[in-house]
Amino acid sequence: MSKVLDNLLYSDSHEWVSVDGDVATVGISDYAQHALGSIVYVDVPEEGDEVTAGEEFGAVESVKAASDLISPVSGEVIEVNEALADEPGAINNDAFGAWIMKVRMSDPSEVEKLLDAAAYAKLCEE
Amino acid sequence: MKTYDKLIFELSRPGRKGYELPADQYATDGLAAIPADMLRKEPLDLPEVSEGDVVRHYTNLSNKNFGVDTGFYPLGSCTMKYNPKINEEVAAMAEFANVHPLQDPESVQGALEVYYNLQQALAALAGFAEFTLNPYAGAHGELTGLMVMRQYHISRGDTKRTKVIVPDSAHGTNPASAMVAGLEVVEVKSRPNGSIDLEDLKPLLDDTVAGIMMTNPNTLGMFETEIVEIAKLVHEAGGLLYYDGANLNPLLGKVRPGDMGFDIMHINLHKTFSTPHGGGGPGSGPVGVAAHLVDFLPNPRVKKGEDGKFYVEFGDKSLGSVSTFFGNFGVMLKAYAYILSLGKENIKNVGPMATLNANYIKESLKDDYLLPIQGVCKHEFVFDGLKDKSTGVTTLNVAKRLLDYGFHAPTIYFPLLFHESMMIEPTETESLETLDEFIDVMHKVAKEARENPQAVIDAPLTTPVRHLDETGAALHPILTYKALKANA
Amino acid sequence: MSNKFIPHTEDDLRVMLERIGVDCVDALYADVPQEVIFQGEYDIPSAMSEVELRKHFKELGKKNSQLTVFAGGGVYDHYSPSAVAHLLGRSEFYTAYTPYQPEISQGTLQYIFEYQTMIAELTGMEASNASMYDGATATAEAMFMMVNSARKKNRVLISATVSPRVAEVVKTYAKFHGVALDVLPEKDGVTDLSLLDAELAKGDVAGLIVPKPNKYGIIEDLTGVADKLHAAKGFLTMNCDPSTLAVLRTPAGWGADIACGDGQTLGMPMEFGGPYLGFLACGSGMLRKMPGRVVGATKDADGKRCYVLTLQAREQHIRRQKATSNICSNQSLMALYATIYVALMGKEGLKEVNKLACDGAHYLCDALVKSGKFQIAFDKPFLKEFTLKTDLDVKALNKKLLANGIMGPLDLGDGLVEFAVTEKRTKEEIDQLITLILEA
Repeated sequence: MSKVLDNLLYSDSHEWVSVDGDVATVGISDYAQHALGSIVYVDVPEEGDEVTAGEEFGAVESVKAASDLISPVSGEVIEVNEALADEPGAINNDAFGAWIMKVRMSDPSEVEKLLDAAAYAKLCEE
Repeated sequence: MKTYDKLIFELSRPGRKGYELPADQYATDGLAAIPADMLRKEPLDLPEVSEGDVVRHYTNLSNKNFGVDTGFYPLGSCTMKYNPKINEEVAAMAEFANVHPLQDPESVQGALEVYYNLQQALAALAGFAEFTLNPYAGAHGELTGLMVMRQYHISRGDTKRTKVIVPDSAHGTNPASAMVAGLEVVEVKSRPNGSIDLEDLKPLLDDTVAGIMMTNPNTLGMFETEIVEIAKLVHEAGGLLYYDGANLNPLLGKVRPGDMGFDIMHINLHKTFSTPHGGGGPGSGPVGVAAHLVDFLPNPRVKKGEDGKFYVEFGDKSLGSVSTFFGNFGVMLKAYAYILSLGKENIKNVGPMATLNANYIKESLKDDYLLPIQGVCKHEFVFDGLKDKSTGVTTLNVAKRLLDYGFHAPTIYFPLLFHESMMIEPTETESLETLDEFIDVMHKVAKEARENPQAVIDAPLTTPVRHLDETGAALHPILTYKALKANA
Repeated sequence: MSNKFIPHTEDDLRVMLERIGVDCVDALYADVPQEVIFQGEYDIPSAMSEVELRKHFKELGKKNSQLTVFAGGGVYDHYSPSAVAHLLGRSEFYTAYTPYQPEISQGTLQYIFEYQTMIAELTGMEASNASMYDGATATAEAMFMMVNSARKKNRVLISATVSPRVAEVVKTYAKFHGVALDVLPEKDGVTDLSLLDAELAKGDVAGLIVPKPNKYGIIEDLTGVADKLHAAKGFLTMNCDPSTLAVLRTPAGWGADIACGDGQTLGMPMEFGGPYLGFLACGSGMLRKMPGRVVGATKDADGKRCYVLTLQAREQHIRRQKATSNICSNQSLMALYATIYVALMGKEGLKEVNKLACDGAHYLCDALVKSGKFQIAFDKPFLKEFTLKTDLDVKALNKKLLANGIMGPLDLGDGLVEFAVTEKRTKEEIDQLITLILEA
């Protein structure tokens, strides 16, 4: 059974978001890491890149699968988790600890469209 | 033998050699005329081994391989038929091997004749006006065919046609080829039996569509019975139909893609026309087109003059070049030898016997394996794993267990329409006895899965290596001996 | 139905049809609309027995002339040790498919690993893939790698001194994929690098493709080129002849990011243009952008060293339209060819091959220039191929040479002719060529 943390928001493409002011921290959910299996590579954006809600910002790869990362919010990437380059498996170990990028949101109201933990947990069950 | 695991670099000893060259008779020192700054500075760390070392090393490596000559290779969608030996003999003939591609055409009339006659034979067998043999492989043929498609629209000033429709069940190569050719992929939905959903197709057909890519039989080995209707719809919308020849084998002798309304196709000579797969190549991916597209074929083209002489032409309406010269000519020799060996009398049995073999296996195994699509298949079919889902034995386990029993595994986890896909293609060159042995083993594995599932889950047990750490390989790529030593 | 490649007897058919539950083979095509069933007879020849087939191909072969080759243009008549062809004939290698089941494909996987090691060593690069179709398509893929790595830059420069046959393919790929490909002009037989700064200043250049040796056989001086590109956040691709890298400065030595080219020079038969292979190598930073199969070393459950296809998530069967390329396979058997060739020739043999070819080429060049009928076209260093200028009627000269069993120089137009000499050419053959030319 995959974990869903209560204090986070989720997208239906299985990214989680933690909001602090106008900065959103983004990762992939425990459900997503489970579905992918052992992650061997994370293609992360660069600092300064613009990301758009609903559009791809990178990808995660396991040995025999790859999944696009879809940004839940729009804005400028202000930090990426460089540690994932050496240790992509950190996502498997702790999906909610191993964040992928931090975005300064251009439209913080976008987070209102995201799912809360209960709704997301329901989605994962379907 | 199977435990041999040396790398050629580990056999190297300073001062040993595996060659002998003539003595240098020139007083000139050519290399001295090249400025020192332009010469290699690093030491050259290549093996130093005797000829005997090399021959034994690679012979030992060959013993760790499984080919069509080793045993049954029912790899779905790959058409692993027998590779006739006369093909190899012909391709190795000095009269063809020692010919430079830029020789005066007068001095290579034999090579040009082989090229020309093979493309004519393929045109006759597939129902097209003309073929180019320049593309190097199936994927390369797809790319070339899509370039023909685009060039056609561009030549008519119809530049807004930048989308290509691809079934969601298609092999990944189709959308990837479209991407390289600069086309945007639009997916059309498949019905549960893998055939194209016409109701989903119709609204997609607007004036931005360059064409559609299809296989027939489709990815599940089922014939697209509505092909004539699909062709009509696409043509009415101004698009072209591309036939992916990956599944041509069952039609050879029965149906010509050109007659189904396709405008462009590629053939994998290494599937349908018996040339060996070579451990992943060289293949050959000739592209055939209907008459109105002939001028767009890639350069160079080989033509026959009225005087019966063959010549090389660079057409100005051509899409450009996709190969340095004439493609994998050696592979063409093999395919041409195959066509001549079978002749018009026997070639018509290829598709029907391939289809017969596939249906025979399907009917014989559907008691133990889940057959999601009923009915007559063509050259291949898909099981969705074992019928009894309670054992915990997966398609991967069954595939690995087959290795223990001396068979190559089927294609697994493709198509993506089912969770436990197992795609079986026997080809026409396998005898009833071989099929029966395979069927027996598949039944035996199903029985093991019921009675002793762990034995299947632990498989393979007898192969030279087993349960390889693929995650580790991808996490920390070690791609050279140098890196291997550094990591030791 | 039975024939030597199709084993079905009438008895077999009966048994099989009964199991399937149909009365005839045609019933297996009952789902195919009648209108598309082919009813006619194929317009191809009748079946030939092996005796007839051999005779037929011998007849065809007689219409080809096996010449003493003094031309190159990307394909060279190099020597190949006998053992290479013998080992390539082992059908465990050539009748296998792509090594999807690594447990029974260690032979293929290991030779690809050895091949990657050798290409990395020759080019000085960290990583090589398992091979591509040919040198031209490998160069086109290198162009895509540069564009994909440069982020948001879509213009690539290609030197005018790249072989026209390679450039033509790169141009075709660029046109359809939508890469802006511009030619960096040539001057005095080499890339006009004085124009590079201005191009880079535009800020949109993802990379530059340069040849080594170039289309005239010249070894260009690329001092400072890689630095300029890197300063402009662009990449350098070198299209090279792998055989010559045993003696010439490596692409890595010039600071290139990608090395590519055609493997034909590693002893492969000329075979009227193929099969050869394209090689593609890069630094580890670009590895994820590299197309094609890649083999990596790993361990199995018992701790045994073994090899697997790796980094597959870049590839078309997983990434579909987001893959790095549409390529599915490689020229695997030709990679085996190159591997065995390099193993046999080894460290010293490859150097010797180049020395013999280089000495022979300089000997021929000197003699032709001394005759007064040829002039040095560009006074630049060369290895085994060189370009001269002449007032002779080149077409007539080549006809005459052909009549004497010789493939003469390539006619580059404007009185420029290009000769190539390999280690296979003897001094006697070169002297005969000189005599025939000087008679003209």
